[in-house]
Amino acid sequence: MMADHNNHAEHGEAHFREKHLMLDPLPRGQMNEMVMESMYHTTWKFWVVFGLLAAITAYALFYSWGVMIAEGLGVAGVNRPSYWGIFLVNTVFWIGISHAGTFISAILRVFKAEFRRPFTRAAELMTTFGLVQAGFSIFMHMGRVWLSYWLMPYPNQRMLWPNFHSPLSWDLLAITTYLLSSTMYLFLPLIPDLAMARDRSTGWRKTFYKTLALGFRGTEGEWAHLRNAMNIFAFAIIPVMFSVHTIVSWDFAVATRPGWSSTIFGPYFVIGALHSGMGAVVAVLAIIRGTMKHMKYFIRAEHFDAIGKLMLIISMGWAYFFFNDYMIQWYGGDKWTDHLLHFHEYGPLGWMWFAMLICNVAVPWLILWNARWRANPLLISIVGIIINVGMWFERYIIVPISLSINRMPFTWRMYEPGIEIPLGIGTVTFFILLYMAASKLIPLIPVWEVQEGQMAHELKKFGRETVVTVSELE
Amino acid sequence: MATLNELNIAEVKLSAEESGKWGMVIDQDICTGCQACVAACAMENNLSFVGEVDAGYGRSMHWIRIERFWEGEYPEVRMTNNQPMMCQQCGSAPCEPVCPAFATVHSMAEKINLQVYNRCVGTRYCANNCPYQVRSFNWRDYERPEPLPNQLNPDVTVRRRGIMEKCTFCIQRIHRAQDQAKAEGREVHDGEFTTACAQSCPANAITFGRMDDPQSLVSQLAKRRGGMHHLEELGTLPNVTYFNGG
Ligand code: SF4
Ligand code: SF4
Repeated sequence: MMADHNNHAEHGEAHFREKHLMLDPLPRGQMNEMVMESMYHTTWKFWVVFGLLAAITAYALFYSWGVMIAEGLGVAGVNRPSYWGIFLVNTVFWIGISHAGTFISAILRVFKAEFRRPFTRAAELMTTFGLVQAGFSIFMHMGRVWLSYWLMPYPNQRMLWPNFHSPLSWDLLAITTYLLSSTMYLFLPLIPDLAMARDRSTGWRKTFYKTLALGFRGTEGEWAHLRNAMNIFAFAIIPVMFSVHTIVSWDFAVATRPGWSSTIFGPYFVIGALHSGMGAVVAVLAIIRGTMKHMKYFIRAEHFDAIGKLMLIISMGWAYFFFNDYMIQWYGGDKWTDHLLHFHEYGPLGWMWFAMLICNVAVPWLILWNARWRANPLLISIVGIIINVGMWFERYIIVPISLSINRMPFTWRMYEPGIEIPLGIGTVTFFILLYMAASKLIPLIPVWEVQEGQMAHELKKFGRETVVTVSELE
Repeated sequence: MATLNELNIAEVKLSAEESGKWGMVIDQDICTGCQACVAACAMENNLSFVGEVDAGYGRSMHWIRIERFWEGEYPEVRMTNNQPMMCQQCGSAPCEPVCPAFATVHSMAEKINLQVYNRCVGTRYCANNCPYQVRSFNWRDYERPEPLPNQLNPDVTVRRRGIMEKCTFCIQRIHRAQDQAKAEGREVHDGEFTTACAQSCPANAITFGRMDDPQSLVSQLAKRRGGMHHLEELGTLPNVTYFNGG
């Protein structure tokens, strides 16, 4: 991010400061106050939206699910041969969203990308809340969800174990591991901020933060432990993240279905997950920046610009893997796969196939190459949402559309969603609801990380040129 | 408590040599498409009566279905032979490894694929992975209008919503015949019993029996030239042999 100093040297220091958060330091106390105020400051609009979403969630998610448990899956549209419908589409979609949090925070932390500092927390929250929705989606898809604990390996009288050959057992283990480790990884860097909030709040909030801060006082020893733990987690969670979506892809890749048994599905799913996840991160950042107090100081155009570059690269990667997957399936020359590929493009939902390519490739490629457009929060968040629509289409094509065609032409049938639609909407509103609640309860900006970065960066004058210098960061 | 070794699990090899114990031969040339087998199967195995609406949506429950196809371009259209299709009782069944709850398993004794109803949690992965698409899911708790409850077969479980089911080769009949034979201190005779579909077929298009006995009618029929297994190229080792156009 500092590479462009040559072009801008003549604009002087003021320009740098306005542009880069790291060069625009504020006293720590003031930043703390700003973050605290952004949590306290709640307008009536917030409550209206919150109430509305809560009502939608209660009806679309919890009530509909109750109906489905009571009536059976018949109220949904899943049917032979599309035994998995939007439930699985949403599961894969939400796991995809959850990937961005880890990616942004762990990978960028490991590679010491400085622009990550203000928004790692906002991204990590998406991981945890996205996984919650994925969990909802997968459990509502089960025929007898009240027996779902049978998938757990627990000791029992009859020595019955789950079948570890089944990709669904792998899924359960992978997703649980990811949920637990990403929650811990969210929590660790949060501790100093919780302690900060504890020292600045009263009443029930004080008790809340006091409990969560685990008595953190900020002594040198505590910081050393915290940094160690964070380092270990940052490195350890990266392979977990890659493995989770690879394992989710194996649900499909190890099956004998045409269009599913593809060896490239692992990396293809991972890059797809990052694609949708990054899109969701920019959208969330733009909303936070637009609606919450003081966020314009912390989240700036430079951040959208940096994420925009990543999005462009990921979009290229996705296009490569998509092409690779398609090419190999086509080259395989299997009769049923040929039918299926043809059906994807020219079947009744062929528009979805083309829309997927436009949303995932054409739109990002046409817009994100331009630095000015990239830095525009509104535009880039729209691109992010479009990418998410495209990625949802991609999963829809892989799950119900590919299932409509199989080796027994007598059973071919299109899938028509039923109660899946309100349930899917319910997961979206529940995600937003959780996020809104969290934005008022926990500090969204890791102040200590921002300040650490600001202390390390400095503007120095060498002759006529202003140069950004960085001191060694641990 | 039985350990894994006592159950001989380590010795189960699903290799090409694995020959099913029970098998079926279907002669498509003499099948008239009367659907008697479909009805008989539904009655024998307590299949749910799903009603008009669900049946219209393609959710009718059958463990066996008669597939019909048309060949050629209009106006030279020709109907192909009827093709009864049910669970092929694969020797190496793709539905088995994907079940996370061990609800669909291979039986050691009968060498057929079992569905353990009370263990099924309804992930429907097995149905996706069955290349023959012969599994049926209980989408709801279906009510049986009077007088249908009076004809329920007491030997077969009545399934509830949320679980998968499929053709069992009428395992209750196999067991009854075996018990009878055991009580009389003899082996089960070939043709002593048969499945509901084979029993009801007026054209005798379905033959069922022991495949591991080279003298049985079904193994004699299966050995004739021209028999074929569906989707054999997937390595599923099906135990149903079809004759078509012979
Ligand atoms: S035909 Fe289908 S249900 Fe029957 S054993 Fe084979 S894979 Fe399983
Ligand atoms: S009962 Fe026999 S003739 Fe009738 S459809 Fe079944 S297999 Fe064909």
